Amino acid sequence: MITIERLHKSYGKLQVLKDVNVSFEAGRVISVIGPNGSGKTTMSKAILGMVLPDSGDIKINGESILGQHAYRSQIGYMPQIGRYPENMKIRQVIDMIRDIRKDVKQVDEELIGLYGLKDMYEKRMGALSGGTKQKVSAALAFMFNPQVLILDEPTAGLDPISAEILKCKILKEKKKGKLILITSHIMSEVEEVADEVICLVDGQVKFHDTIFDIKAQTNEDRLSRAIAKIMNEED
Amino acid sequence: MNKIIKYVFYDIIRNKIILAYTLFLLLLSFGLFNLGGSPDKAILSLLNLVLLTVPLISIVFATTHFYNSYEFMELLVAQPINRKKIFMSEYLGVASSLSGAFIVGAGIPMLLFGAGVTGLNLLLTGVFITFIFVAMAFLASVITRDKAKGIGIALLLWFYFALIYDGIVLFILYSFSDYPLENATLALTALNPIDLGRIIVLLNLDVSALMGYTGALYKSLLGNLWGIGLAFGLLLLWVMLPLFSSRRIFSKRDL
Repeated sequence: MITIERLHKSYGKLQVLKDVNVSFEAGRVISVIGPNGSGKTTMSKAILGMVLPDSGDIKINGESILGQHAYRSQIGYMPQIGRYPENMKIRQVIDMIRDIRKDVKQVDEELIGLYGLKDMYEKRMGALSGGTKQKVSAALAFMFNPQVLILDEPTAGLDPISAEILKCKILKEKKKGKLILITSHIMSEVEEVADEVICLVDGQVKFHDTIFDIKAQTNEDRLSRAIAKIMNEED
Repeated sequence: MNKIIKYVFYDIIRNKIILAYTLFLLLLSFGLFNLGGSPDKAILSLLNLVLLTVPLISIVFATTHFYNSYEFMELLVAQPINRKKIFMSEYLGVASSLSGAFIVGAGIPMLLFGAGVTGLNLLLTGVFITFIFVAMAFLASVITRDKAKGIGIALLLWFYFALIYDGIVLFILYSFSDYPLENATLALTALNPIDLGRIIVLLNLDVSALMGYTGALYKSLLGNLWGIGLAFGLLLLWVMLPLFSSRRIFSKRDL
């Protein structure tokens, strides 16, 4: 569904992505892992068109997305750190995005309900805690039934119960045949929700395999151990 | 696009600066018209004050607004909207609300005191100056990510066009006073939108007779309708140049 071909990106002298070639299929949950600064966020932002690649191509359903914008109606994005206009209320932010996306008839409000955001509708975005902002981001990402979900460290600021709600939602959406990309550092979580793992190190794909294969190759039954083993082997 | 402009408007109206700006202009214009004398005299004083304050307020307000709307723009770029549209909506939202404040603040007193065509010229010039300096502010803001640097660049631009440029022109006129400089002066005027605006208004007042040979040349070249049209055309060019270059930078950069 998404194909990334020979993607290069550098910020000044710093090369963030070096020749990334991957493809993702619909109906899978794919977890992007890697050390800090390995290019995970840059890759997801490139798919969203927020970061413009130096060279290479990104295709969704066979069509290049570079310089396009309409394809973003098929993507729900939850940023690592949600930044919102400080003096807007939660209700205003949600209403605004909904107003902009009026073409979507079926609106998914499940997360708004489960997170109890309606009770906080009149709070200003600037007064919200990091976790509550994450909940708003999550609710917005899932709201318009996108075919692709890009979640950048979705559970990082969430309390355990809210994280659990989000995980259930991810698995539910996966069953509907959506492609879900998650960047995460928490291996137990990756193991719970993901089908495949793609590992980026220094802007290059180190490996891209299903969790089952990774475990089988390394003879480990825990993903965190298996991944540590692969990383150590190559050094 | 209209939808986005609507939200930019909401945001601007919520902070009180635009209201304060309108009141400031109202007070200023009423004061000057009440000072006595003919409306022409009042317009002359108003012109000098407007050409100093309108660029300053436009460029500072637009720069800070651009940096403060960064989150808003980040939120929108993840939606299926063209980046150019987001940028133009921000621009039109800011420029038209500042122009609106100017038209209300300076226009109402003019209407009450019967300023006539000259007043209309001053209003039009003020609106153009607003659009030009908002575009310059956006250019300064897309060049750098650092808010302090962006405001610094914006203030430098204002200093240059409002103060330094006239000094340079005077210096050139003084050093080369042995040569015929009429055409050169004309060209120098076109290179500064504030001077261009000043000339447009002055030519409609009788004071242009006091400007000597250069004034006579201006009058012969810009005094007719065609000349005024040319001057406004140049102002339009001054809007488009910074606007389109900043739009280009904005649509080709990482967010």
